[in-house]
Amino acid sequence: MDLSFTPQHQKFRADVNAFIATAIPPDIRAKAEVDAGFDMPEIMRWHKILYQRGWVAPHWPEAHGGPGLDPTSRFILSEELEMAGAPSLSPFGITMVGPLLIEFGSDEQKKRFLPPILSGEEVWCQGYSEPNAGSDLASLRTRADIVDGGEGDGDFVVTGQKTWTTYAQYADWIFCLVRTDSSGKKQDGISFLLIDMKSPGIEVKPMLTLGGTEAFCETFFDSVRVPRANLVGPLHGGWTLAKALLGHERTAIAAVGMSQRMLRRVKRIAGYTVHRGVPLIENAEFRARIARAEIRLRALQMANYRTVAGAQLGRAPGPESSILKIRGTELHQEISELTMDVIGHNSLSWFNDGDVVPAIEAWVPQSFNYLRAATVYGGSNEIQRNVIAKNILGLPMR
Amino acid sequence: MNFDLSDDQKLLVETAASFAKKESPIDRMRRLRDDPIGYEPAMWRHMGELGWLGIPFPDSVGGYGGRFIDAALLIEQLGATLVPEPYIPSVILAGMAIERAGDDQQKKRWLVPMIEGKTAMALAYAERHSRYDVLDVATRAERKGATWSISGEKVFVLGGHNADHLVVSAGVAEAGPGGIGLFVVARDTAGLTVDPIATMDGRRAAMIRLDGATVGEDCALGEPGAAGPALEDVMDLASAAACAEGLGIARTVLAMTVEYLKTREQFGAKIGSFQALQHRAVDMFIEVELCHSTVIYAGLAIDDPDRDERQAAVSAAKVQLCQGGRFVVRQGIQLHGGIGCTDEHDVGLYFKRMQVLGALFGDEVYHTERFSRLSSFTADIADASKAAEQAANSQRVSAAGE
Repeated sequence: MDLSFTPQHQKFRADVNAFIATAIPPDIRAKAEVDAGFDMPEIMRWHKILYQRGWVAPHWPEAHGGPGLDPTSRFILSEELEMAGAPSLSPFGITMVGPLLIEFGSDEQKKRFLPPILSGEEVWCQGYSEPNAGSDLASLRTRADIVDGGEGDGDFVVTGQKTWTTYAQYADWIFCLVRTDSSGKKQDGISFLLIDMKSPGIEVKPMLTLGGTEAFCETFFDSVRVPRANLVGPLHGGWTLAKALLGHERTAIAAVGMSQRMLRRVKRIAGYTVHRGVPLIENAEFRARIARAEIRLRALQMANYRTVAGAQLGRAPGPESSILKIRGTELHQEISELTMDVIGHNSLSWFNDGDVVPAIEAWVPQSFNYLRAATVYGGSNEIQRNVIAKNILGLPMR
Repeated sequence: MNFDLSDDQKLLVETAASFAKKESPIDRMRRLRDDPIGYEPAMWRHMGELGWLGIPFPDSVGGYGGRFIDAALLIEQLGATLVPEPYIPSVILAGMAIERAGDDQQKKRWLVPMIEGKTAMALAYAERHSRYDVLDVATRAERKGATWSISGEKVFVLGGHNADHLVVSAGVAEAGPGGIGLFVVARDTAGLTVDPIATMDGRRAAMIRLDGATVGEDCALGEPGAAGPALEDVMDLASAAACAEGLGIARTVLAMTVEYLKTREQFGAKIGSFQALQHRAVDMFIEVELCHSTVIYAGLAIDDPDRDERQAAVSAAKVQLCQGGRFVVRQGIQLHGGIGCTDEHDVGLYFKRMQVLGALFGDEVYHTERFSRLSSFTADIADASKAAEQAANSQRVSAAGE
């Protein structure tokens, strides 16, 4: 047993940091320093910079344009990028549909879709949830009828509504789960389609999140024609793909580096905020709350290391990895709640209207609000608990 | 990074697990609760023969390898059935105190027979007023010719009721204020009174009075008055050991509880099919996993030459034990319902031991506070104060310029 990183991995970390030091454009760096939120154009600018360096899709195989990094290096890369406050990339192309196409797509689909995902020329969004299919995703009702030429192999016509289609307003493409059969078990009649957002019949309505920015959207489909070639995997076989995707997403959103950055920020703020001549960090209650959050972070970080070390040896994620999403997102919320308490009246500000709070505190209320979604998206934490209860603890289902 | 066990470690874990299951199942501990010693000296010797009592000590003093993490792996397994032999009191507390503070001759003299299981020892460090500050010592040691005379009181000396030797901490006036010495006091020393007591977890300890107890110069470990840092290090080793034992307990209670949820029926269904109970069990599982992660972290970092790094890892593990570990055993009782609240059911035995482990070697408040004073925690704040100062200065400069 050994806690240390190999010399090669230490060198890789140094390379990553050297890159970060020069590659982040000044205006993005200025926002990163105060933990500001990034808009889509900024995210896509950063995407293209990472693409130039070859690091935009660390987990893709080399044959499809990935950098051929081992699991530990991938982890180091993401940890350092999070720690630096670099914009997090939109996951829908790189993390979600890309790996899925690599695993389940046809050669034509790979050739057509993968390169522009990598380069950032095409932006993707996800069409999974529906107003009546949230955690119970398999109940989805958006219908794809086959325009039959007699052989059952015609194009699709899609009608229905998808919700929480984050960044759909910027997206060129959407990957969708649609119902192609309602006769049997609900999981068995679902197919996976790639749909061009410029298709006639699609309408996107952005929604404000609690964080006050337009991230979520509702996306409506009214008889949208989708070529047969855009079906991924077998007809009615989409549920397998959906489940594979949820697995990808779970480990990606523990974001321990982000918690680390948030903690550093709250310590800084508590260090310079003086009340009755004493910095808030010397207030026993605040100090203990911050210390406890950092202790939880360390525990989670070790669980993360264990997962990474296992992956490095080519193992499937063990039980320790199943807790990462739950605890990672709970910790994001805990630290953001703590930061709101530390900044006191400044927590009443909203997008720093009137320029009334220090820059480093300006985004705190916004991110506190936005982060309520963290325990909901990617399979709500309650669904995650159901999965652990069934798959790991082997508890009986009703 | 590699968290896999070596072949030797795997063998150790397997042997210990099988020992716990076959030779010292939980019923043995339950039975020995009523014994005046609380464990069996013959079993202690057996553990010595197995080589277990020498694991954290270097080969030069008759030990086996000297890696703390190996001892932690063993302790975790012994925790699974609450093996009552005094591993932490004798090996980790007294033994490591001698190992860290003593000279070569002293190590051989006291460690070799203990490693063989022929003797047991205890460390008398706690005093009524001291809580978890082991440097806050009222007991005094005075040099009298070629001997030391020690006077004072020590409380809750774990395993002290049956120890052949006590390692006693005492203030040494000649070393100046804050000078702490460690002295090995044999059980039959005149002026030493040992009052055995029972503790909540079904084990035994002692309240100890030293009334001019006199020991030879060769019983002062190392340089008299300079043992403070070694004593603090031993507390960290003991904390990490407590976390390892707590992990063994938490794992066992989780397994026991999940099993109960799968078999107990109410309302015509296995109660494990109820989502409220499933989610509680998952929260227990999460805490077990986090205990596991922090125990590995502390067990490996404890050999780090950087003191702050060591202490951060140990404090993190101890806080996790006090919060997460205790959560597991408390919910273990809750999910067992009425039967869990009786002395008949084993879950309560684990619950009590976990409570005690949390209270030893620094509780949650102590370790949270200590964690927050380490450089790893304060570095960011120092940056902030510097930035604030600079900002204030530049404001002053610009105000002066106007």
